[in-house]
Amino acid sequence: MNILEVRDLHVSVMHKPVLRGVDLVLHGGGIHAIMGPNGSGKSTLAHVLAGRDDAQVTAGTMLYQGMDVLAMTPEIRAGAGMFLAFQNPVEIPGVSNVRLLKEASNAHRRYLQLPEMDAMTFRSQLQDRARRLGLADDWLLRAVNVGFSGGEKKRNELLQMLVLEPHLAILDEIDSGLDIDALTTVAEGINSLRDAQRAMLLITHYPRLLDLVVPDKVHVLIGGRIVLTGGPELAGQLEARGYGWLAEEHS
Amino acid sequence: MNDATILSSALSRSYKHGFVTSIHADTLPEGLDEAVIQQISSRKQEPEFMLAWRLAAYRHWCDMTEPHWSSVRYPPIDYQGISYYSSPFAKNQDAVALEDVDPALLATYAKLGIPLDERLSLAGVAVDAVFDSVSVATTHQKKLAQLGIIFCSMSEAVREHSELVRRYLGSVVPAGDNFFAALNAAVFSDGTFCYIPPGVRCPMELSTYFRINAARTGQFERTLIIADRNSYVSYLEGCTAPQRDRHQLHAAVVELIALEGAEINYATVQNWYPGDARGRGGIYNFVTKRGECREDRARISWTQVETGSAITWKYPSVILRGAGSIGRFHSVALTHHYQQADTGTKMIHIGRDTHSTILSKGISAGHGHNAYRGLVKVLAGANGARNHSQCDSLLLGSECSAHTYPCIEVRNHSAKVEHEATTSRIGEEQLFYCRQRGLTREEAVALIVNGFCQEVLRELPMEFSVEARKLLEVNLEGSVG
Repeated sequence: MNILEVRDLHVSVMHKPVLRGVDLVLHGGGIHAIMGPNGSGKSTLAHVLAGRDDAQVTAGTMLYQGMDVLAMTPEIRAGAGMFLAFQNPVEIPGVSNVRLLKEASNAHRRYLQLPEMDAMTFRSQLQDRARRLGLADDWLLRAVNVGFSGGEKKRNELLQMLVLEPHLAILDEIDSGLDIDALTTVAEGINSLRDAQRAMLLITHYPRLLDLVVPDKVHVLIGGRIVLTGGPELAGQLEARGYGWLAEEHS
Repeated sequence: MNDATILSSALSRSYKHGFVTSIHADTLPEGLDEAVIQQISSRKQEPEFMLAWRLAAYRHWCDMTEPHWSSVRYPPIDYQGISYYSSPFAKNQDAVALEDVDPALLATYAKLGIPLDERLSLAGVAVDAVFDSVSVATTHQKKLAQLGIIFCSMSEAVREHSELVRRYLGSVVPAGDNFFAALNAAVFSDGTFCYIPPGVRCPMELSTYFRINAARTGQFERTLIIADRNSYVSYLEGCTAPQRDRHQLHAAVVELIALEGAEINYATVQNWYPGDARGRGGIYNFVTKRGECREDRARISWTQVETGSAITWKYPSVILRGAGSIGRFHSVALTHHYQQADTGTKMIHIGRDTHSTILSKGISAGHGHNAYRGLVKVLAGANGARNHSQCDSLLLGSECSAHTYPCIEVRNHSAKVEHEATTSRIGEEQLFYCRQRGLTREEAVALIVNGFCQEVLRELPMEFSVEARKLLEVNLEGSVG
């Protein structure tokens, strides 16, 4: 079964059409990249998959593991294994990372009708994953995203992904604001979750992430439509040529 | 689940302590006059000075008018429609041994999670259990007495420790201090008395659990805590009441006295019945709480989590008389449905190098109305006085309101006073972020609100902190339906 199947998706934000007929199919084990200039609708696609209510689906369908995504609330999508790494993760003052992760993990386990994990096991698994991302132990006690640098926020999103082990990960510009060392760590984290049961959608401006996490397909989104799909080599071509030639062809 | 079902299920389980205990009670008829006060005093077998004090307060009260300067609104209270005394014990029987206490009473406290049997009680917490107008039982008294600590009901203190009571009662909140304090002085029925001798660090948390049970009665308890030189005590107060359509009045007075180098930490988790979703019923919680750092280097800290009551009107304050003394006020006030809260503190700097900190977190949901009202006063002699105040308000929904009325009066040039205030609406971004991680909307609100209150909640002793978090969650149910 396909993990994600998007057909002829039209989406408006504040009554303005942003996505104008997107088709996308991800199989288990698949990693697709979506590239495109600013304002082409990349983040809107991420938001609408996750269920943000400021994006209205005006036509088309989205199926996740065969289920109608539109019939699911954001938390049910999350419980079912859809994960969005936010481009600009919000601050939650006074709530520690460990608290959010514990609540999130328990919510996922409830969805799967599993008992809650005991605190000790959870804590040790969490520390293990945090260390893998080069995060200090006191990290877990800091308030969610409060006072984090751009790079720290991204690593925190990735930590959440490693804990929740989603079946569909949508990573919205996980590479922006990262220096090259951090990018390598983040790429290792992403690759560690790569297996035949999971699919990922990487939204990015830059091909350097795609050198480290090699996608099966690269789609170019311009003006709310996928105008070109190619293999991993397409990312390099885009870096060399920009989007201008595609925009002209498809305007 | 649609909005209506979320709301109705939240309401049906929202107030967990709303049951009534069926018990025979000795209740005075409704109404208030000097004869009623004489009856209260005689039922408690009080010494003469106490009756005289009550009657003087009553006469003063008769000349006073109910204050209406706060921002809360309520219909007139009929003071003759209230019973001023209700006891679960037989007449002239002020207290009994625990073995002889009506099992229905013990069951009530067990149901509230407060076992009065010392063997079952929380380790390290001594409890004075007040049911309507009287103290039912006080645990761990013997153990505390070995250290010279007096921990007993106010009635017992008036009889057994009358010298201490005479010296300190009304010394911080005088009988005629304000309308409700005067009423309390006239009719107060019970409450808790603590005395910590010099140099003693009280080894357990002392606590009082207040329970209103009888209908149409008011509860007027009085608490007096004295920490002698270089002593330390941590005190906790919890409150619940049955679910009833009529409003009930609770007008308490708490006085704290910290002598040289002594420290008192006073924490309240207030969960009186808040009324229903339409604002019917609930407790009017009109309380005067004040502490005095009477000598040098004394410390008093108030921490309160106010989630219950239809109306909360209270300003736990500290008079900083001794040089180098410290006053702190940490507050979380939650108003939901039609609850109203007008709460804050007064920090009165009299001595030199006195410091105070105010941290207030107000949360409004539904049609809730939440006001912070505070006074920081620095008198001319308070060289080097310092205050830092922070008042944050969080709004959930569009029908609720939050107000901040800070008042600062400084008469000394060397004083430093800082005030910060913020008001924010719970962010859709934050909610969506949490929901994307699998939390329901309600779980997300609870988490965010908990985070908002974190700095205050961590001031509470462990057991209370857990309790307070749960209460915030329960009282927020249905706020985002």
